Amino acid sequence: MNPNQNIQEKKEPIISKKFILEIKDLKKTFGNNHVLNGFNLELFEGENLVIMGKSGSGKSVMIKCLVGLMQPDSGSIKVMGKDITTLNRIDLDELRTDIGFLFQGSALYDSMTVRENLEFPLRRHKHKFGNISDTAPLVIEALESVGLVDAIDLMPAELSGGMQRRVALARTLILKPKIILYDEPTSGLDPITAKEIIELMKRIRRQYKTSSLIITHDVDCARVVSERMILLVDGINYAEGTFSELKASKDEKVKAFFK
Amino acid sequence: MLKSIIIKTFLIEIGELAYFARRFFKELFKKPFEFKELLRQCYSIGNKSLLLVGVTGFIIGLVITLQTRPTLEEFGAESWMPSMVSISIIREIGPVIIALTFAGRIASGIGAELGSMRVTEQIDAMEVSGTNPFKYLVVTRILAATLMLPILVILGDAIALYGSFIIENTKGEVSFQLFFNKVFNALEFGDLIPATIKTYFFGFAIGLVGCFKGYYCEKGTVGVGLAANSAVVFSSMLLFIIDFIAVFVTDIFFEI
Repeated sequence: MNPNQNIQEKKEPIISKKFILEIKDLKKTFGNNHVLNGFNLELFEGENLVIMGKSGSGKSVMIKCLVGLMQPDSGSIKVMGKDITTLNRIDLDELRTDIGFLFQGSALYDSMTVRENLEFPLRRHKHKFGNISDTAPLVIEALESVGLVDAIDLMPAELSGGMQRRVALARTLILKPKIILYDEPTSGLDPITAKEIIELMKRIRRQYKTSSLIITHDVDCARVVSERMILLVDGINYAEGTFSELKASKDEKVKAFFK
Repeated sequence: MLKSIIIKTFLIEIGELAYFARRFFKELFKKPFEFKELLRQCYSIGNKSLLLVGVTGFIIGLVITLQTRPTLEEFGAESWMPSMVSISIIREIGPVIIALTFAGRIASGIGAELGSMRVTEQIDAMEVSGTNPFKYLVVTRILAATLMLPILVILGDAIALYGSFIIENTKGEVSFQLFFNKVFNALEFGDLIPATIKTYFFGFAIGLVGCFKGYYCEKGTVGVGLAANSAVVFSSMLLFIIDFIAVFVTDIFFEI
């Protein structure tokens, strides 16, 4: 029996019926390449939604539009009721403190120690914690939640790939976000470390009560963490449902994802 | 056809650089100010270039004196050596050569650093954590390069004059006091002020081009190398253009 099976069975029903994230008719074109062709998405509060798609299907573009790193050509992206395509810089930065983003390559600041990496997002957003002068307890708390307190004074180059991913997750958690976006959280990791990261994602969801949008190629990861899945093909929602529903699909394109 | 593409690409690059500079001035006066990072960059940029500038300045002084001395000796005008060397170093050779070595060291360093931050998504990570990466990374580096280069040039000029004195002292038995008396008698504010002002523009151009190339780095790790390389080439070219404009303007106001 697969150990991940147990984890899936223990899912806690913490999803509400309230949208925390809503994307409508999102379109993005680069030259003649239509990457997103009217993509739609709704993420409920407390939900883990997995998006799967082939390389070049528009997943990364979509997630970058979602945090304002890219401007879509048309469509709306509402995060907690606010359309981020119309927000000014200050409001967008404020909203971003509620959105955590785990980058595929961890994206740790390599000239800073682990402690400085975690303190960095707090520099401009201490007001979220009542303008505290000592940020050490927050840093320790975030590192404890990923089990890496001992690495606090190490440089990113001194960490393994899995440890870097966990520190990046701790940095994401430091501002106590309501939504976490995971961009290929297990890519480039060995199966054991990948399993640890998946476990961590589940634990963090329980501990921080976050909603998660997970982009992945990893079918195991999708099976364990998803409550709902969207298959992205040619920039549109090709199929939607639970993992088992999609796995049972007779559609050739859908079946290709699970081979 | 190829020529027009090259010209078009060059003009687009200039336009984008101008837009980047406009953004720098817009962000410069906006809160929050990144003083701590600015000081760190000033220390890093200034300290990193200190030895290079010192050695370059010293060798400029030695070489100019060694090359010029035989000609002046031929005309029995070796007593003019301190005046001639000081004017040429302070007005032109010191600022330009030190700025060029600074460009090689700093523009490539900034280009590579920001370029690798871009390709490893560190800049995006700053952006999504609600920090303005342009302000934190670009504004501080451009400002630090602008503020540090004039100081380094003054230091480099002083070391160059000392290098010149060593040759004069060895070959012509000129005392330290006599040499520097002649240097200061020959120099006027009209030599020092425009030369110092233009070094601020040199520093700004070097910081601007280094940041521009690194910040918009593409094509992965190959792009990082390209960013560092083109930052040096582009900033060096820009230095000569600024130098020409500076000399032209100085000629109008100070009648050199």
